[in-house]
Amino acid sequence: NIQNQMCMLNNTFIFSNKYCDILLVRGCPFVHEVRKDEDICSPILRKLFNESHHIFVGLQGIRDDLPSKNKKTQFVSISKNYRSVIRACMEELQQVAGKVEGKSDGSNRKSSWRVSILLAVELIWNLCEVLFIDAAPAGSLLLHLLDWVRLHKADVDEKARDVLQSESPTEHQAYWDVVISYVLQGRMDEARQVLMKQAALQPAARGMFKLLDNLLIKMPIFNPSGAQTLTEFDVKWRHWHEEVDRCLQDQSFASNPHLEVICKILVGDEDVLLEHKELLSTWYHFLVTRLLFSHPIVKPTELHYYAQSSMHMFLDTRSVPEPLDSILLAAFEFDIHQVIKDCSIALNNWWFVAHLTDLMDHCKLLQSHNLHFGSNLREFLLLEYASGLFTHHSLWQLAVDYFDHCPEFGRVYLELQIERVPLDTERKALKVLRICEQRQMTEQVRSICKIMAKGALRNNRLGSALSWSIRAKDAAFATLISERFLQDYCANGAFSDLDLIDNLGSAMLLSDRLTFLGKYREFHRLYGEKCFSDAAKLLLSLMTAKIAPRTFWMTLLTDALPLLEQKEVIFSADQTHELMFCLEDLTSGNCLPKPDRWFPFLFQDEDIDTTKIEILRLALARNLAKAIVKEGTVEV
Amino acid sequence: MEGINAKYVSQKISKTRWRPVSSSSLQQPDIFATGSWDNEDNKISLWSIGDNGVSGMDDEFEGDPQLVCEYKHNGDVMDLQFLDQDRIVTASSTGAVTIFRHNHNNQTLSVPQLWERAHHYPCGKAPCTGVVCNSPEIVTVGEDGRIILFRSDQEGVTRTIENADSSTIHAVTFLRTTEILTVNSIGQLKLWDFRQRSNEPSQILSLTGDRVPLHCVDRHPNQQHIVATGGQDGMLCIWDVRQGKMPFSLMEAHSAEMWEVHFHPSNPDHLFSCSEDGSLLHWETSSNSDTPSFLQGGRNASITSRSAIAPAGGNQSLISAWLTGDSGKGRLETTHMLPSQTLSVNSLDVLGQCLVCGTDGEAIYVNRLVPI
Repeated sequence: NIQNQMCMLNNTFIFSNKYCDILLVRGCPFVHEVRKDEDICSPILRKLFNESHHIFVGLQGIRDDLPSKNKKTQFVSISKNYRSVIRACMEELQQVAGKVEGKSDGSNRKSSWRVSILLAVELIWNLCEVLFIDAAPAGSLLLHLLDWVRLHKADVDEKARDVLQSESPTEHQAYWDVVISYVLQGRMDEARQVLMKQAALQPAARGMFKLLDNLLIKMPIFNPSGAQTLTEFDVKWRHWHEEVDRCLQDQSFASNPHLEVICKILVGDEDVLLEHKELLSTWYHFLVTRLLFSHPIVKPTELHYYAQSSMHMFLDTRSVPEPLDSILLAAFEFDIHQVIKDCSIALNNWWFVAHLTDLMDHCKLLQSHNLHFGSNLREFLLLEYASGLFTHHSLWQLAVDYFDHCPEFGRVYLELQIERVPLDTERKALKVLRICEQRQMTEQVRSICKIMAKGALRNNRLGSALSWSIRAKDAAFATLISERFLQDYCANGAFSDLDLIDNLGSAMLLSDRLTFLGKYREFHRLYGEKCFSDAAKLLLSLMTAKIAPRTFWMTLLTDALPLLEQKEVIFSADQTHELMFCLEDLTSGNCLPKPDRWFPFLFQDEDIDTTKIEILRLALARNLAKAIVKEGTVEV
Repeated sequence: MEGINAKYVSQKISKTRWRPVSSSSLQQPDIFATGSWDNEDNKISLWSIGDNGVSGMDDEFEGDPQLVCEYKHNGDVMDLQFLDQDRIVTASSTGAVTIFRHNHNNQTLSVPQLWERAHHYPCGKAPCTGVVCNSPEIVTVGEDGRIILFRSDQEGVTRTIENADSSTIHAVTFLRTTEILTVNSIGQLKLWDFRQRSNEPSQILSLTGDRVPLHCVDRHPNQQHIVATGGQDGMLCIWDVRQGKMPFSLMEAHSAEMWEVHFHPSNPDHLFSCSEDGSLLHWETSSNSDTPSFLQGGRNASITSRSAIAPAGGNQSLISAWLTGDSGKGRLETTHMLPSQTLSVNSLDVLGQCLVCGTDGEAIYVNRLVPI
């Protein structure tokens, strides 16, 4: 279904339909289908868009008057919700990627690429949650960072499982790697458990193992909800640190190089840490480990210094930092705007920056940073994201809520976009209309109803057309439809769609022509039921109250003929006078009215009309006579 | 509100229906079908919530629906009904009426029968908006104002009522084996008798005043003269088709179009309705209980019940609780069934103690513990 747009660039033709663009290059036998935003079409990512929309709408509903402490917990839980949605999508993508491993086409590559993007996105979001939304103070800051690192380095547990499930764990080549990895992540209990296996096998070195075990147990961990203050913890930690240092100086672990390495790590020896680059695998892991063993009560403001130095120490000085690295570094420097800017550039979809910025705006973390086209950053990103959603054949409904929460330009964007939604069925049109009506977009309501009504009229569905014009309160169109009915009547001598006209109800009042139609039909009905006096009264009122268009008066008068010709007197003398007046009005002065464009056939033959008028005059006169006699008669 | 979770399915759901369970067994339903809309490639899908060997890999929640099979559908799925245990009839926005067969052995769907241009305009497609079946008969209605009668064992069309309505017919339901009820977009309820040869409705009922389009209709399972309808203004109307041309009672239900209304098939004191405003309401009526509603637990919303006319005379015992116009005599409670506001709930179905509904937020909700 190719719509009209087509443009030519050199030897390339581009057609576009509502889903994608089709590219034809002269001389090339292939037809290329180009889509703007591929991500939006992935079924698994669709779940991400829908679930996050749900969370977004819930977030907007949080009341401003709540005390800030409650709000912070709520914001943190919303942030966790977003992240769990990202994780769920990621896991599903991983499953799919696993299933199609045999395939050689690009779908596997695409899935694994998407997985890595989502991993990075969740990493950044988690860090932003720790640093900005939760805003942990010194002490608990490190604990949160440890959790962060542990969450994103899950392969340790897998390796540990492999080692422990093998026949002789201590012989396994990865045994010491597992122990050291646990220590590097600050998971002392797990480290001790694995170490015990080795300790059991070497009774001779029991003393050494006991000593290390002791050091590991005694390592102080700050308890944020405990009674211990930061200073007390600091003192305790320094004592412990000195003890570990003493063990090193005493050469207590000299005979076992592995245990010595562990001890050096505990004391915070950076060179030893750097020797285990493959186990750390990322500079931010190195950063957190370094902080754990040298500066556990690091303050948020000091983070950036350590972050920069860690990055320089860890990474090869020749290699260029990846986008992810600079984003994380910007986060450690508490430069929110830089984070958002870098993410916008690095990612091809506005989803992440739009939602994260919105959340941070709610936490009042963004300074009102006025961009030069008027709106603020949050609104700009949301508008971009929502506009992207609107190009999707199905997700446009989500975009509506996003526009609603952009106070400056949201409404304008919505007004422009909503009219472009293709309306294939009435049900879809009804949904679009409901959206417009709820936001008082009367222009759009009118134009949509007109489109639907015109379509209905073209297919001869007069009832549908009428119901659309009633919805839009479009008097002009209702008049058009009534004219159509009257046309049909004049052409066929009978009304079509009686079920509609008979039951117009209060809709009759929408347009004068419609009222006339309803009343005229009522006249026919009364006549059919032989309620002649009521019918006569109605007929007269149609003319005297000027409800009937003048062009139709001739027809009405002709309809009055059979009533005039009845044996019984139906029209009273006064009524007959009025009828005569109407007739004179119609025929006087400018003779017969000019042929109307709707009823041209009414005035084709002058002779017939003169005859008709004569007949009418005669009938009226006779009726007047009868009426006068009847009214003048007095019962004796 | 335990026992109800959202399952995101990457397609906007237009219809959901439970597969019927045989009346002899007391089993709860375990399979439901969904139809999607507004997609490039629409599908009908079968889902299972039981553990009859079709469970997926990670059932985090007990009864998380798992996809059994799916099939491409041309056009939006405007309506969907189970013809019997194996076959599903769908109405499409292209005007086609399709029968799908579910093969239990290899869990696939196939298309044994298709009437491609059942509903049409002289030049162009007319969406088929509603389908109802009483095996082997199938009745469909569409935007072209036609009513078409099919038989699933015959190739052609059995009977067509041309120009049955000058406006769009939105929904249809069987009143008796040979009578159907249709609702249209000018607010009329029309009764059609197939035994009559004429193409005129045998009865027309409508609300006086505003002509509000009606979108859904359902008949009381036991008392065939009681009918519920819902329309564009979200009002729930209860009609008695034996008497009067106007509804028996009107209740404000939703703040936007009501898309579906269903009486519970085995416990008709319960009624369910869903709407464009994202809510799903459970209506419960009983005229025998002495306990006033405010002493009952749970989240109930008090609603205003306005009756159009007082109940006609006649045997008090035969008048159903729904026809008790005076809200003092009867008691009516409504409960919101969904945990929070969602996008439009397009469809719902209830069977036994299980309720399933689908939304425009591309989510399916299943509740297996509906309090009946």
